[in-house]
Amino acid sequence: MSATAFLLVTSLLKILGIVFVVILPMVSYSVYAERRVSALIQDRLGPNRVGPAGLFQPIADAMKFILKEDFTPAHVNKFYYWLAPCLAMVPAIMTIAVVPFGSTLFGVPMVIADINVGVLYVFAIASLGVYGIVIAGWSSNSKYPFLGGVRASSQMISYELSLGLAVIPIFLLVGQLRLTSIVRYQIENGWMIAPFLGDPTNVWKWLLTIPMFISFVVFTIAIFAETNRLPFDLPEAEQELAGGYHTEYSSMKFALFFLGEYAAMITGSAIIVTLFFGAWHLPLPWWDHPHGFHWLLIDGSLGGWRGILGGLFNIFVFFAKVAALLLIFIWVRWTLPRFRYDQLMRLGWVFFFEIALVNIFIAALIVAYMPK
Amino acid sequence: MSPVFFWLASALMLLFGAAVIMNRNPIASALSLVVSFLGLAALFMSLDAFFIGIIQVLVYAGAVMVLFLFIIMLLDLRAEERRKINLVAFAGGVAVAVIFFGQLCLVIGHLRQAKQSFPALPLNHPDDVRSVGLLLFGNYNLPFQIIAVLILVATIGVIVLSKRELR
Repeated sequence: MSATAFLLVTSLLKILGIVFVVILPMVSYSVYAERRVSALIQDRLGPNRVGPAGLFQPIADAMKFILKEDFTPAHVNKFYYWLAPCLAMVPAIMTIAVVPFGSTLFGVPMVIADINVGVLYVFAIASLGVYGIVIAGWSSNSKYPFLGGVRASSQMISYELSLGLAVIPIFLLVGQLRLTSIVRYQIENGWMIAPFLGDPTNVWKWLLTIPMFISFVVFTIAIFAETNRLPFDLPEAEQELAGGYHTEYSSMKFALFFLGEYAAMITGSAIIVTLFFGAWHLPLPWWDHPHGFHWLLIDGSLGGWRGILGGLFNIFVFFAKVAALLLIFIWVRWTLPRFRYDQLMRLGWVFFFEIALVNIFIAALIVAYMPK
Repeated sequence: MSPVFFWLASALMLLFGAAVIMNRNPIASALSLVVSFLGLAALFMSLDAFFIGIIQVLVYAGAVMVLFLFIIMLLDLRAEERRKINLVAFAGGVAVAVIFFGQLCLVIGHLRQAKQSFPALPLNHPDDVRSVGLLLFGNYNLPFQIIAVLILVATIGVIVLSKRELR
């Protein structure tokens, strides 16, 4: 098999595997987790009837969505009304393409496209996601969806700024935008959220923890705003806008918005894991005779079944970290009340933008004076 | 990159570029412009200029056009759609476009450099983010800083003007 054909086949396999085996089941089970965890928080039971502990609930939900009548209101702008749900779904799935979700498996790197602009690609595609919401709001030709669309566009633009500025300290440290390089750096020098892990005796690494932690907080909150999750779910805001941009949608079209929102949440978590939590890296404590106690790095570079097991272990670690972050997303949603719209804008422009900007200077100073 | 990709991307760009001016509906025009930008970004990427291509999507398609759409959505679209085509302006526009195209052909026909084919790019992919950064903050540092100040002044000017109107 030629090199191009091999690249084509493996890429296709990775895309199909990631979308249909990982992302879509993860989306449906995060909806299930959302309902169960919210029930736990509010001292209810949640869906527990379909299958053991309600585990088959996502299948029942999917059947319900497919069987419902797909109703198109007469007053909508038909073409854009159809286009909007697709535009909401596609960017959320496309962003996963550059995320390194594992080391190597059978010698093939576990990332679909390892491009040198990595994070910028994620921001660019994620910024296209707003079109789905805006067009849905506009084409519905009705008041509440329109307000939702207008809110979505200004909210996304405001938070993209802090999103972009928050990750600059990481680039200052690594010197590259490529996501696999950022992961490699974290394996060698400690995770970004805790740079001191790589070398606990180095004072500079402890100092570096301050801007990195600020980066992490600003980035995570901006991701909440980008994915329209509570406390920033102003574009839908059931209580004030009756569902916002998807008020006029039903059946599978509504499901696409729903899936898009959860897929965006998963890709957002995947980006946070990649940038701050060392992606697929998890050192295990190990003890053997000549070396004594040390941390064992597991990846797919070993030969035979050890390499395959290592590669699978890395993929599992990555998605376990993503799932942990998803639980935090859910936990926040059912704990905090919604912000008011002017508060949201003030928070974005007056606080996070400035904090991220000052943070860049702090990080740059530390990186400039840190001995190599 | 294969020529098929080049023709596809440029056809996409030109087709939707034409759609921007053909459409009577401003929203449709704005969205066509977004697709045209995406085609342009694809062309940049086929030249291995990933950074420029991605910035094209991030800034123009993702931010500037969202703002455009935001403004257009607040307009009365029915008035725009009812507007008749101004024949004189239409003829004038076509004439300008034809003259410009003729001039372009003439210049390219006379220019010697336009006829030689460039050597193929070396296969090792250059780190274009790094080279763009080094150029901007090394060779062109002063002009870059001056542009930054200019943009800042423009921003402050907009804020001052819009605040005055409120009073």
